[in-house]
Amino acid sequence: MREIDSKRIIDAVAEKLIEINVNLDSSICNALKSSLEKEESPLGEDLLKQILENSEIAAKEKLPICQDTGVVVVFVEAGEDLRIKGMDLKEAINAGVAKGYEEGYLRKSMVSDPIFKRINTGDNTPAIIHIDLVQGEKLKIEIAAKGGGSENMSQLKMLKPADGPQGIIDFICQVVKEAGPNPCPPLVIGVGIGGTMEKAALLSKKALFFPPDYRNTDPELARFEEQILSEVNKLGVGPLGLGGRTTALGVNILTYPCHIASLPVAVNLNCHAARHGHIEF
Amino acid sequence: MVELTTPLASEGLEKLKTGDKVFLSGVIYTARDAAHRRIIQAIEEKKPLPFPLGGSVIFYVGPTPAPPGKPIGSAGPTTSGRMDPYTPILLQKGVKGFIGKGKRSMEVREALKRFGGIYFVATGGAGALLSHCIKTSEVIAYEDLGPEAVHRLEVERFPVLVANDIHGNDIFEKGIEKYRIP
Repeated sequence: MREIDSKRIIDAVAEKLIEINVNLDSSICNALKSSLEKEESPLGEDLLKQILENSEIAAKEKLPICQDTGVVVVFVEAGEDLRIKGMDLKEAINAGVAKGYEEGYLRKSMVSDPIFKRINTGDNTPAIIHIDLVQGEKLKIEIAAKGGGSENMSQLKMLKPADGPQGIIDFICQVVKEAGPNPCPPLVIGVGIGGTMEKAALLSKKALFFPPDYRNTDPELARFEEQILSEVNKLGVGPLGLGGRTTALGVNILTYPCHIASLPVAVNLNCHAARHGHIEF
Repeated sequence: MVELTTPLASEGLEKLKTGDKVFLSGVIYTARDAAHRRIIQAIEEKKPLPFPLGGSVIFYVGPTPAPPGKPIGSAGPTTSGRMDPYTPILLQKGVKGFIGKGKRSMEVREALKRFGGIYFVATGGAGALLSHCIKTSEVIAYEDLGPEAVHRLEVERFPVLVANDIHGNDIFEKGIEKYRIP
């Protein structure tokens, strides 16, 4: 049985959260740069340049890319032959979140009771944590700082099997169109298809962890991702919703088997400040 | 390119047109969801307000904490639509400008026309870049709200675009239609 001191997890989570909030991932930077060459709207081009300049300033001055430093979403793969020393895994992750948001001068954006009191918890906890048990003794933590603006514009729909691929494309385009400027396009779009209602939602969130230029290993799904991206970019929403060619940088799909009667589709939108990191012990 | 200084006078706002690039200088105030609720409550109960509303410009932002040596952290706009229910009454009480991102409701667009106000957009997700135009920041009310507290900001040539002018035009409708491929 392998042991990991919870202090190591706390420090690694804190450090990673500061890093992803300050340094825009190179895959996003590259996608923004290549979209700049294709953007036809002069205003859109100007906005893409501002977004890139913003990322340079953020990295240089160690300022968060965006003031919405997000809700922390974590997917963990924990080996069965692993024991966390000192506190349980969720406690350790949350302690890392609190440390990172304090030491990194990141904004604390979580409120306790969502309905009545809505009091800021003061340390950006709790994180949204999903844990999978796997064989072995490794600990893998995928961590995201997810902005509220894009999360608010995400949607889920239980389609009919008869709606098929075209129904899926139409729904995704509808979500992006309705969202318009609110989720801060250019977007990264995570799509979860299949499973049940909650499984589709989880898959759509997980799909956001892929870089925008990553294509599915299944060739049919890879073509579908390309097709959806092309349709979304015909909408004209453009950078910050002010019109243009660059509405999304990438579409990633994750699927799961589902009931004969079902076709659940979840569309999770991410703003251009897509912040994800990976920790492994 | 238009240069404007706050507080905004009613006269001259009719000249601003949707799509105009504007540099704002002077004092602006931050308020987002929770602060709006409290300001509206204070108006209803005739209690003191955190800042004089007449001619003021409200920036929808919850900045990150200021790191050592800086007046403020990252400070870009949040989604304006969430403040729609509160906006007509603020316009009625004399607020002249709002800075945010995203579309406004028809009610807000009508109120901007009726009371003579401008809705500006700043670049969403460019909080580090925009922070360079903020020279001072001070919490003046509702400190318990943390990032949602009302800040008084002194800004210098803060870059915004006119999204909704007082003539009823909308930057999003025009822009998206122009680049849509049917």
